[in-house]
Amino acid sequence: MPTDTKYLDEKTLNDHVLVTTASRVGPALLALLFGSFLLLGAGFAGSATLHNAAHDGRHALSFPCH
Amino acid sequence: MVGRIVLTAVLAGLVSGVFLWSAHMVKTTPLILAAEVYEKGAGATGTDHPHADKTEAARPHTHAPPAAGFERAAYTLLADLVSAVGFAFLLTAAVSLKATPIDWRLGILWGLSGYAAFFLAPSLGLPPELPGMQAAELGARQTWWLATAVATAIGLGLAAFSPRRVAQALGVGLVVLPHVIGAPAHEVGQSNVPAELAAQFVITTSVVSGLFWIVLGGLTGYFYNRFGNS
Repeated sequence: MPTDTKYLDEKTLNDHVLVTTASRVGPALLALLFGSFLLLGAGFAGSATLHNAAHDGRHALSFPCH
Repeated sequence: MVGRIVLTAVLAGLVSGVFLWSAHMVKTTPLILAAEVYEKGAGATGTDHPHADKTEAARPHTHAPPAAGFERAAYTLLADLVSAVGFAFLLTAAVSLKATPIDWRLGILWGLSGYAAFFLAPSLGLPPELPGMQAAELGARQTWWLATAVATAIGLGLAAFSPRRVAQALGVGLVVLPHVIGAPAHEVGQSNVPAELAAQFVITTSVVSGLFWIVLGGLTGYFYNRFGNS
């Protein structure tokens, strides 16, 4: 965020706010997706291999296990 | 921004994940092993164990976690690390969306909100279970658990951060709604696991998870602040 905003006209400023908002929301949404992917794999996936490996962790984190 | 989120989530997740695993090895895994003795004692070996869901019971499968020892501990470490890093990405994403300054103290408050959304709220309807305890059909429980966690997280965010009264009220409604609908129920009193063991497990997991979220939240606040200034 530039500190010399007094030199920006209103439209440029609005564009700047839009761009910084977009550049913030995009990465955050990606992070939400990736975090959900990891948690669904560790806590919820039905595969027997994943279930058995994550068994004790699932119970201890209160994920529904079996 | 991407680098700041990834660095924060990976570091906070890995460190808190090692803490979570240590606490699990010392406090919860011994209770799970003790409960498995009763699970097996009831004639429920390998493939012969209670299932409310007949389709799942019919599918060929085993509930045979690796034998106790190094291998089982290593798998639990892996599962705990993946879970902790997953939680860390969700928490860092929320902190990043809020876009206000944070430090380790505020981070702990964020962590406690995560504890409320991902442990307290789901556990209110579906208490932590030991192997061998009776429970409702798995799919229904997983759906209720996920819906409750998501509704609580969004509800808390709206209630805490929205400037509008209507949205704040909606947030409170979202937190309450899953409990009005109610968790999938099961018949109580058919388990072979002693009640004392089950009670000990609920208290232990509650304390361990609370400590984990405090560590994760504090580290997330610390790292997110630190990587923002560099």
